[in-house]
Amino acid sequence: MTADIEIRNVSKQFGAMSVLEDLSLSIKAREFVVFLGPSGCGKSTLLRMIAGLETVDSGEIAINDQRIDHLPPGKRGIAMVFQSYALYPHMTVRDNMAFGLQNIGISRQIIDARINEASRILEMPHLLDRKPGQLSGGQRQRVAIGRAIVKEPKAFLFDEPLSNLDAALRTRTRIELAQLHQRLQSTMIFVTHDQVEAMTLADRIVVMNNRKIEQIGSPMEIYDRPATKFVAGFVGAPAMNFVDATLDRSGGNTKVKFAGGISVQTEIASNLLADSNYTFGIRSEDVRVVPAGHGDADGVVDVLERLGERTLIYARLGDGLQIVGSDVGNSSVTVGHKVGLAFDGKKSHLFSEAGRAWHAGEA
Amino acid sequence: MADQLAMPHTATPAASVRTPSADIYAPQWRNVIFVAPFLFFFTTLLLFPLLWGIWLSFHKADTFSSGNFVGLGNYVRLYHDKVFLQSIWNTFYFVLLTVPTLALIGLFLALCLNRRTRTAAVLRTLFFSSSVLSVTIVTLIWRIVFIPNVGLLSTIYGWFGATAPAFISNPSLAMIGIAIATLWWCIGLPMMLFLSALQQIPRDIYEAAALDNANRWQTLRSITLPSIKRTFVLVVIIQIVLQFQLFGQAWLMTRGGPNNLTKPIVLYIYDTAFRRWDLGMGAAASEILFILILVAAMAQYLVARNKGDRA
Repeated sequence: MTADIEIRNVSKQFGAMSVLEDLSLSIKAREFVVFLGPSGCGKSTLLRMIAGLETVDSGEIAINDQRIDHLPPGKRGIAMVFQSYALYPHMTVRDNMAFGLQNIGISRQIIDARINEASRILEMPHLLDRKPGQLSGGQRQRVAIGRAIVKEPKAFLFDEPLSNLDAALRTRTRIELAQLHQRLQSTMIFVTHDQVEAMTLADRIVVMNNRKIEQIGSPMEIYDRPATKFVAGFVGAPAMNFVDATLDRSGGNTKVKFAGGISVQTEIASNLLADSNYTFGIRSEDVRVVPAGHGDADGVVDVLERLGERTLIYARLGDGLQIVGSDVGNSSVTVGHKVGLAFDGKKSHLFSEAGRAWHAGEA
Repeated sequence: MADQLAMPHTATPAASVRTPSADIYAPQWRNVIFVAPFLFFFTTLLLFPLLWGIWLSFHKADTFSSGNFVGLGNYVRLYHDKVFLQSIWNTFYFVLLTVPTLALIGLFLALCLNRRTRTAAVLRTLFFSSSVLSVTIVTLIWRIVFIPNVGLLSTIYGWFGATAPAFISNPSLAMIGIAIATLWWCIGLPMMLFLSALQQIPRDIYEAAALDNANRWQTLRSITLPSIKRTFVLVVIIQIVLQFQLFGQAWLMTRGGPNNLTKPIVLYIYDTAFRRWDLGMGAAASEILFILILVAAMAQYLVARNKGDRA
């Protein structure tokens, strides 16, 4: 089963504090959508409003064109996996999975069949007669997902389900979730503050900040063409380099100048830009390390981070500004070295004072 | 190397100062000092009286002399004493009246008052406030309620032209009257214990149950009650131990009457040991009460534990 989900002009307040403001979003059937944002941006609240665990102050939520925001959680045809798993501690795994089905009077035969199928998919038939207290964190996570699967819901909601797992298990479960989505072809909504989870799992990412949606787009759109300075800084590790800049708009493409007499030729059309104060942005992988004197700027290496496949170079420019660039994995650069930095004009971004972004190649 | 150069004062050769590392879990006898105060009071106020009581129960004793060893003589006399047997029955009847009711009403109140409203907070305080009163005040209040003709109950019945049940003088109602006063007095503790247990249940389990289509009854039966099972057992055991020791209410409301029908074991012990000065027999009755409480509490514990294992 799968479903379109439509969120129209939804707002939410807790007391005097506004958590979501006039937010609209439509999610297509079979889509895997990730709500990404920092703590307190309202992403979990939005998910809980879809689930029916929070009321909607204004606006509406519809699943398959039917309004559901007035229905109790159980009647919305959705299943949710909680961050803490929220398993019933006194019930066996089997009873945990059966509980929701028994409550709506599904026959024992069908319940057993669904539990067997779900436990086969999640490779946990041997756990069915244990209680949650006897399971490891990863196993509890599977049970929580199993409890969602047996309901055959129209949509799955995940509230930061991987944040209680260790790093190795998190990576594995992430892949399993992606496989599960391909297999079930259900609509899935996943809330996280971890951009790697968002990038790897999502068909579309909804980046949220400060009660609002900042950008909706595919992972690569979000990464390559962030709509705002917030998105540019939040997505990607290490964070994008930001430098205050003055513009030279005499040519067709903008030339950026910043302190220390450094100038970079971008491919951002200059006729698009009107304001005077801009911030120049560029990701570390678009700043190549070259021999001193051969790049757009020279700097002294402060810190090296060897990630294996590449090396991050934190270089301090003459005026004290730190820029993160990248070099090959076995880079011969050492701390204290003087290096040149070459900025890739095609991958540069400019951000207006209001935070709006401009990219290379925009008409 | 660099460290040693930087800190010449600490550069004594390590081998000469190294002592075998102490086992921090090895017993340190000086630590006895810390438990000594407790041990002193435990021995003098609990262990010693208990043993002395057992010793006394095998002797014919009064306040001035502890006389001859009589073996099981005191126990045999108790076995043939109709008043004692009546007092055992009375005590069991009282426990049966109060313990399940206290547990169930306490649970019911806790379920009703487990919310964050001001009204609930006021009511919680109100229901608990009776617990801080002394037994003298409690019985005084309930005597005023129960007094024939002029009491509160009679007045209320009077409005409808009816006669109030005689809770103090009617032989079949007297114990129920005492039980009602006890319920009113003791309801605070079970309620508070249940409230604290309810507040321990994680909220997300209830949210999961809501998504699982559980209605109120299913949630209560399948989520709430299993989650507070241990507290339920605790409340029942505490109340069994407490209510077996009924004394003040019976002494102050009915003096054990009418016709010894509300005389509990403790009152019998008091009568025997301190009004008839038969300390040996009083001690023997105390030992029987001790064993009854122990057995009842253990039985309840075992039953609950077995149920828990099967679930």
